[in-house]
Amino acid sequence: METAIEVKDLVIVRGKQEVLHGFTAQIPRGSVTGLLGPSGSGKTTLMRAIVGVQIVKSGTVTVLGEPAGSAGLRRRIGYLTQAPSVYADLTVRENARYFASLYGLGADDADRAVRDVGLAQAATQLVGTLSGGQRSRASLACALIGGPEVLVLDEPTVGQDPVLRDELWAHFHHLAARGSTLLISSHVMDEAARCERLLLIREGYLIADDTPAGVRASADTHDLDEAFLRLIRAQQPEGVR
Amino acid sequence: MSGRILASTVKRIVTQLRHDRRTLALMLVVPVLLLALLYYMFQGETRPPGAPSTFDRIGLIMLGVFPFVIMFLVTSIAMLRERTTGTLERLLTTPLGKLDLLFGYGIAFGLMAAVQAAVAGGVAYWLLGLTTAGSSGLVIVIAIANAVLGVALGLFCSAFARTEFQAVQFLPVVVIPQILLCGLFVARDAMAGWLQAISNVMPMTYAVEALQEVGAHADPSGQMWRDLGIVVGCVLVALVLAAATLRRRSA
Repeated sequence: METAIEVKDLVIVRGKQEVLHGFTAQIPRGSVTGLLGPSGSGKTTLMRAIVGVQIVKSGTVTVLGEPAGSAGLRRRIGYLTQAPSVYADLTVRENARYFASLYGLGADDADRAVRDVGLAQAATQLVGTLSGGQRSRASLACALIGGPEVLVLDEPTVGQDPVLRDELWAHFHHLAARGSTLLISSHVMDEAARCERLLLIREGYLIADDTPAGVRASADTHDLDEAFLRLIRAQQPEGVR
Repeated sequence: MSGRILASTVKRIVTQLRHDRRTLALMLVVPVLLLALLYYMFQGETRPPGAPSTFDRIGLIMLGVFPFVIMFLVTSIAMLRERTTGTLERLLTTPLGKLDLLFGYGIAFGLMAAVQAAVAGGVAYWLLGLTTAGSSGLVIVIAIANAVLGVALGLFCSAFARTEFQAVQFLPVVVIPQILLCGLFVARDAMAGWLQAISNVMPMTYAVEALQEVGAHADPSGQMWRDLGIVVGCVLVALVLAAATLRRRSA
């Protein structure tokens, strides 16, 4: 399978802490890959490195054959930050249309993205007046516009209603079927089962890189939560914490 | 830089302002109220026959100072908001160029400043009886240039602030020395040499000098054009410096 994102021996230091310690992983093109791990494990830092806004100490990140952050990639990548990054003093539609314009896309593409996240009813509302869940969907809409080749989504479904969450995941798979590569972070294990591949990350180390079925099989359990736990314990020798 | 992205960024910033009616009202009304205050302060002054009124001297300079101060504050907060809400990080992953963003702010707030300067100038000339030897149009052009200077310095300074508390502290650091040394309180040639030297490297000195030239001469003087040129030059330098401090990658 063709590789869309290749991370090699990536070391990142934030503040005085080393966050990633020689991280290596590959993400296949046209897939939905889940980046799973507890809060503070390095998920956001890895995503920032992939979209090219993170200072890297050593190692390489290659996206669609180009070094991460190169100018040519900026029109091929969509990025959703963990905290909603939209303008509170613009309406949902105005936000979407502004971000669309940066990619040379029109109002139609923007309005479609707003519909895709279930905000058509709230399109003319100021983002500042929306609920938390709606606000993060407004932010998600701005990342989805035009269906970029690579989508890096940092916890896109947190705080969403279960029905909506289901629809959003269906939409992610629809985008992947059309050729987009999606990297989606989550700290909720029940979302892991919806991914084609999983990267389990803990304290800056890659614990597993497999399909959900593969993770279950190697940990010998049906429960992904339990599997994650067993994989962590298996990597730590007895008595060492 | 891209014309299309620049234009949509200007439109976005103007739309944000349009949704914030109270800020718009404050921007337009505050300079007018302050000018009126100044007018009544000097209304009862006794002066020797033939001497120019103090309001004509100070009111004229304030037409340039108020927009500078207001735009500096508004811009540094606006830019800081881009940083703290994550919109800046997101913008930097898109095809938007750094100069698209910075000139976008310069143009959008410059348009706002034009309206502000026109309203303040109109009130000063027609209601408060400000008189200048030169044209009122030139006064407004200089006021706009000075407002855009405030925008450019605000964008640059916001790079050095992590929080709103820090950002507002730049006002006393950057703005007040320029007001003190621009020749408003003490004529520049009456100042000690080292103060003059500081005053010489402060852009607002030239904006104030340009306004004084318009106040004193019926026709635009060479000195005035030179001063206006320096102000515009400082705007461009501050914007380019601001772009240099804007990093796509952060720690």
